[in-house]
Amino acid sequence: MAGTADMAAGTGGAATALRLVLKRLGAGLVTMLLVSAVVFTVSSLLPGDAAQETLGQSATPEAVAALRQQYGLDRPAPERYLRWLGGLAAGDPGRSLVANMPVAEVIAGRLPNSLLLAGLTAAVSVPLALLVGILSAMRQDSRLDRGLNIATLAMVALPEFLVATLAVLAFSVELRLLPSIAMVKAGAGWGETLRSLAMPVMTLSVVVVAQMARMTRAAVIAQLGQPYVEMARLKGLGPARVVFAHVLPNAVGPIVNAMALSLSYLLGGAIIVETIFNYPGLASLMVNAVASRDMPLLQACAMVFCGAYLLLVLAADVVAILANPRIRQG
Amino acid sequence: MTAPPPPVPPLSRRALLGAGAGLALAGLAPGGTWAEAGPRRGGRIRVAGIASSTADTLDPAKGGLSTDYTRHYMAYGGLTEYGPGLVPMPALAEALDTSDQTLWRLALRRGVRFHDGTPFGAADVVYSLLRHKDPATASKVRPLAEQFAEVRATGPHEVMVRLAGPNADLPAILAQSHFLVVKDGTKDFSAGIGTGPYRIKSFRPGVGTTVVRNDEYWKPGKPYLDEIELIAIPDEVSRVNALLSGDVQLVMAVNPRSVGRIKASPGHAVLETRSSLYTNLIMRQDGLLPTGNPDFVLAMKHLLDRDLIRRALFRNYATVANDHPIPPWHPYFRDDLPQRAFDPEKARFHLRRAGLEGLRLPIYASPAAEGSVDMASVLQEHAAQVGLRLAVNRMPSDGYWSSHWMKHPLTFGNTNPRPTADLVFSLFYKSDAPWNESAWKDERFDRLLVEARGEADPARRKELYGEMQGLVHAGCGVGIPVFITLIDGHDRRLGGLRPVALGGFMGYAFAEHVWWGA
Repeated sequence: MAGTADMAAGTGGAATALRLVLKRLGAGLVTMLLVSAVVFTVSSLLPGDAAQETLGQSATPEAVAALRQQYGLDRPAPERYLRWLGGLAAGDPGRSLVANMPVAEVIAGRLPNSLLLAGLTAAVSVPLALLVGILSAMRQDSRLDRGLNIATLAMVALPEFLVATLAVLAFSVELRLLPSIAMVKAGAGWGETLRSLAMPVMTLSVVVVAQMARMTRAAVIAQLGQPYVEMARLKGLGPARVVFAHVLPNAVGPIVNAMALSLSYLLGGAIIVETIFNYPGLASLMVNAVASRDMPLLQACAMVFCGAYLLLVLAADVVAILANPRIRQG
Repeated sequence: MTAPPPPVPPLSRRALLGAGAGLALAGLAPGGTWAEAGPRRGGRIRVAGIASSTADTLDPAKGGLSTDYTRHYMAYGGLTEYGPGLVPMPALAEALDTSDQTLWRLALRRGVRFHDGTPFGAADVVYSLLRHKDPATASKVRPLAEQFAEVRATGPHEVMVRLAGPNADLPAILAQSHFLVVKDGTKDFSAGIGTGPYRIKSFRPGVGTTVVRNDEYWKPGKPYLDEIELIAIPDEVSRVNALLSGDVQLVMAVNPRSVGRIKASPGHAVLETRSSLYTNLIMRQDGLLPTGNPDFVLAMKHLLDRDLIRRALFRNYATVANDHPIPPWHPYFRDDLPQRAFDPEKARFHLRRAGLEGLRLPIYASPAAEGSVDMASVLQEHAAQVGLRLAVNRMPSDGYWSSHWMKHPLTFGNTNPRPTADLVFSLFYKSDAPWNESAWKDERFDRLLVEARGEADPARRKELYGEMQGLVHAGCGVGIPVFITLIDGHDRRLGGLRPVALGGFMGYAFAEHVWWGA
């Protein structure tokens, strides 16, 4: 019954989703423009500029002036912003002031690392979170549920640096099983890469699994109290069938939203993990860019994070529409 | 080969050598398995410094962080280099001769080649020295390079350097990493072509540097290692963990709190380097500030509890200082200057005489100046007891140097070890120096500084530098509580390490001296 309704609504759902995608992409561009303006304004309020930070303690007025001219920082701020924007529109995010390399090249060196870390973490944490969330919703108020609740709450409460440091002490310093620093090497095999990424992935998973599992549990429980679930049960469907065929399509909206938020965190919020494991990702690159006041690089990082966030949220909404018969028809 | 004129009295140099050897032995004593084994060739190590970012560079002139200096000493060679006790020794310059300390003749080593095969010669030296004067180079040592009035090749292997004024320390100045020799005309430094002990295999700013042995290095038998990977781990706990788990074999800047962990591990040890690094209290002398009152300055200097700072803040990994920048083991240290001690009564007396009792003053500290936040808190406690109310402002590291350092009446600074007494005095104490932190002006000091710089006789220099220490100690608006000892952690299988007072990692130049004894 549900199956035939799905098919009939298929084309309508795709059209709705397509309209939404186009609208969102337009709004996304405006958002990114605003974000770039805000980032530019706020970062220019920071004390010191790239020339002063580069010279550090040895910044004499003449040296600063020479370097400012070299970096183009002697131009007025609006002009610098518009110039950067024009470059970006033409597909060129500019040159990193401090690294003296094209920004695209700097980002290209780090983005794959961040994507690898985020991808592996997602591959581990999404199935785990779904499993924990659904299981604990189905066995609501049982011992299992309470146990899982306590575990996920504890995981949310544990700061990453503690998890990471304890993991290093246990697995690297004491047991000597895993490397304490995550080195990515060109030409390293998958085995080696996975081994060096094991602890960063584990640490990040601890945080995001807990968040996603709790959202999944809440969303599924909210649906379990609905009359249609009771109807399905009265028809004699088993609990697994009820949850997977009836409840999940309705609960998927909040679940994928929670996942999108958690996963976008994996890209930009991995700073602590990147620092502790010395992993060359985008988050630490952005912190570098802020510390050295390297505006083009900072803007590029901000754009990558902002874009990734918008895309993930958009993907979540599209999935929610395609999976949910009611929104699909609207 | 003619040795350069020894810039320090031979006697104190020997004394210093003895002290250095003693320290090294102390470091090795508790079970040095590699100590007996001599240098051996081969091996690959990974080394972790403290900071790395997109600002990492292979341009020696731009080197700003310890990781940069370390990388530069791997790839490039210098005209001179620091021997034991920071005595400059000939390197790419086989001899530096002068009769008046103004006109110098540098005889260059023959048969040395850059990593790309180009022979090393006078043109490279001229280019390497003069580029620091061009503002576009953004050299960190531009103020020093201003004294090169003329640098000219007088032959394929001979260079004449005419200084703007006499300076007996030229050989020591040229051994700094910023003056390492690059190839004539180099504008793009990404390949790191030098004459140094290692060739750059890969260099990724903010990620790491890998170098391999330069088999053509001009020092016979050196370097020993096949390959070194230099990375940075900014978090100290992670850095020590990486050492203890065997992922790196040498780390810089170990916190005194972590020394116990390293010593507890049978395979690891620490290398202590007594250095002239200091964090100082700055009391501005310009304008009509209360901090410019000589009595206020004396009151504050008497309020510094040096023993407590050494013991509690640095866990005894520090040496008590006497409000001037020359450490006790320096050949020019003046030992007849009475040590200023913590004395609240004297502080109260001076404060009263200045009429500043009950004064309320903000004091700016930051993690950027190592230990300053804790020093400020200690000072605040003690000041309150004599009727001076200090409000501690803890500023973030980020932007501290450009926005706060020297910009308020009371701030903290942090000065890295410099190779000569002249450098630290010229950069931080001369009346018109840009980093004259307290804006202290003393004509006699300025005159003595110029005289000592041009003086060739070590005994007379010691006398002059001694008087200058007295002047800074008595009148300068800078309080120096302690000199901070640098601590490196290393795998016991790494041989050849010894302290060099300029900085961790053997004054950043460990690469050509160490071997792997596994």
